[in-house]
Amino acid sequence: MEYFIQQLINGLTLGSIYGLVAIGYTMVYGIIGMINFAHGDIFMLGGFAGLIVYLILTSFFAGIPVAILLLVMLLVAMLMTGLWNWTIERVAYRPLRGSFRLAPLITAIGMSIVLSNFIQVTQGPRNKPIPALVRDVYHFGAMTISLKQIIIVLVTAVLLSIFWYIVNKTPLGRAQRATEQDRKMAALLGVDVDRTISITFVMGAALAAVAGTMYLMYYGVASFTDGFTPGVKAFTAAVLGGIGSLPGAVLGGLLIGLIESLWSAYFSIAYKDVATFGLLAFVLIFKPTGILGRPEVEKV
Amino acid sequence: MANPDYAAGKAETPIMVKALKEGIFAGVIALGMFCLYVGIKTDQDINNALIWYPRWGLLAIFVGIAAVGRFLMVGFFSPWNAARKERRAQLPVRDIDAKPTFFHTHFLKIALVALLLYPPVMIALVGTQGSLKYVDNFGIQILIYVMLAWGLNIVVGLAGLLDLGYVAFYAVGAYSYALLSSYFGLSFWVLLPLSGILAGFWGIILGFPVLRLRGDYLAIVTLAFGEIIRLVLINWTAVTKGTFGISGIPKATLFGIKFDASPTGFAKLFDLPMSSAYYKVFLFYLILALCMLTAYVTIRLRRMPIGRAWEALREDETACRSLGINTVTTKLTAFAIGAMFGGFAGSFFAARQGFVSPESFVFLESAVILAIVVLGGMGSLTGIAIAAMVMVGGTELLREMEFLKHVFGPDFTPELYRMLLFGLAMVIVMLFKPRGFVGSRQPTAFLKESRAVSGSFTKEGHG
Repeated sequence: MEYFIQQLINGLTLGSIYGLVAIGYTMVYGIIGMINFAHGDIFMLGGFAGLIVYLILTSFFAGIPVAILLLVMLLVAMLMTGLWNWTIERVAYRPLRGSFRLAPLITAIGMSIVLSNFIQVTQGPRNKPIPALVRDVYHFGAMTISLKQIIIVLVTAVLLSIFWYIVNKTPLGRAQRATEQDRKMAALLGVDVDRTISITFVMGAALAAVAGTMYLMYYGVASFTDGFTPGVKAFTAAVLGGIGSLPGAVLGGLLIGLIESLWSAYFSIAYKDVATFGLLAFVLIFKPTGILGRPEVEKV
Repeated sequence: MANPDYAAGKAETPIMVKALKEGIFAGVIALGMFCLYVGIKTDQDINNALIWYPRWGLLAIFVGIAAVGRFLMVGFFSPWNAARKERRAQLPVRDIDAKPTFFHTHFLKIALVALLLYPPVMIALVGTQGSLKYVDNFGIQILIYVMLAWGLNIVVGLAGLLDLGYVAFYAVGAYSYALLSSYFGLSFWVLLPLSGILAGFWGIILGFPVLRLRGDYLAIVTLAFGEIIRLVLINWTAVTKGTFGISGIPKATLFGIKFDASPTGFAKLFDLPMSSAYYKVFLFYLILALCMLTAYVTIRLRRMPIGRAWEALREDETACRSLGINTVTTKLTAFAIGAMFGGFAGSFFAARQGFVSPESFVFLESAVILAIVVLGGMGSLTGIAIAAMVMVGGTELLREMEFLKHVFGPDFTPELYRMLLFGLAMVIVMLFKPRGFVGSRQPTAFLKESRAVSGSFTKEGHG
């Protein structure tokens, strides 16, 4: 039983990270109906921003408190990836809005290749390990909870509430929801659609950056290939929860995290990704709208 | 851009001032984007601890390129492009009945003859040993991608089913040949059709569950299937030897003649000096024949009821079904036939490399093949062949650019930039030619006479 709860805690931590990335997928899909394939690599860029900030800060201020260090890492990573995703949307997706559906998907795949290879070229292909930032571990009977797991879940919860507030209570969120429902009508009613879409990309990227930095803190290593597999899993999470639905993305993320850690614990660690991808196929085949998604009305 | 100063009311701002502003803005953005990733390099020291050092010079170059590029774009390219479009618009509509040129009408024959003559010409030009590079790295490599892209074209371009896991069938073909030849000693000529059929079966197996899915969902599930097959190949070590891959795969033979140094080998038999170039030339003609087969089957199938059904499915699935077309068999045949050609290409790949490992069948390969299909203008065989030549040949060409070492110093390795440039090319081509290189196509069914249709009138990827 304790082993099971331990796995639940591990899964929850992993699931928080997937959930944060999944929000970026689901928001972009909801608002412009494209799979932002490069989102996983934005997550990876966030991790690298955190890594570089960590190196700079620790070399200048040797005894810097971990809380400040983490905060600066998160903020810079959010800023950095926000800027990148804003530029990518501006350069690679916006000119193709209104073109046929495959066009932005292809540029997104191209951008994903560009981003991972850009990091490979500029930062080198080797894995980059950093020493553990947070070492505290708490024991409860046979279970252990590390402080970093608590930080991850806490930061995710705080960010999600801020995010929920923005989407549901602010004029910006209203504009986003309006654009999602009907872009043309929203534009007619005075919503600056281009700006709203840009901000959506920036927000998605900022959440992915937090996830990337957390991932770096949790595993202590960054690599230019980190974008793909977590990216696909986060997308799986978004689809599982019902693409376009924000609570669905978080729910999907948590489920994927739980399934992954439970599968690794009870079945085989080698096939954990097969389990995730298999689940994705299974869900899409039997319930394509996901858990919380709206059914898509087919028009002739 | 985001600055409200350039809103419609201030249209009289001189273009150079605007270009300067935009250039500076782009420079600032680039500074923000690149300051961490380019401006700072992280590296491991001898103790494996990470260290960092700044690279301000490189950062300045990146920012400069962005600023100057944006300045030139706004100040010179955009006015020029707008003027060109205006001139175009004033020209009379192109006469649709104009006689096409000789080159145009005989393009396919010329291309085929050029391909047939390619290896002997290369051998004559750069010698037997020197031709290896051109026949193998350029010829065979490009033709493999042409074949794969033509195979995928049946699924994506004709039937409109977006498949992001095509490389799975390539893997099935390659592993079928590798495993069956090393465990049972079957020959290439038996296994070539067999691996195609096996891949076709896998196409049906993977096609069944996704029959109900459309568009992006279909794309993601096929991606998941592709990844599952790769993960199984990695983890099922008892059969596939996992990441080590299978090596020592027997080569293909020409009517039983082996391409080795033995007395009955090809070189001895024809009294030629021993060289691996002959095997490559043989493989070149083999893949060329396979490509021709793919093209032939595609062209014939398009004229058959099943091909018409595919195209109807692509245009509108609901209408297609209400007209009584069985969408289940239509989709499954598209998957199966597309997968079959992937399987052929896979077994050819295994015979050429003599080694297969899951590394060759990553998602990136699927993305590259799909990119070639889309960049070529979906459904157009010529366009796809051109796209494969440009994209694959272009990145192969990078390996040859030794002179760049003199420009950027001896540490410069152009291969590193291969995929980076490939990705950039994908984005740039898509931005300027969203319909691909060949944006028009010949309709298969027409009233009285055939006329080219702009690609904008056909739907794709809705699945």
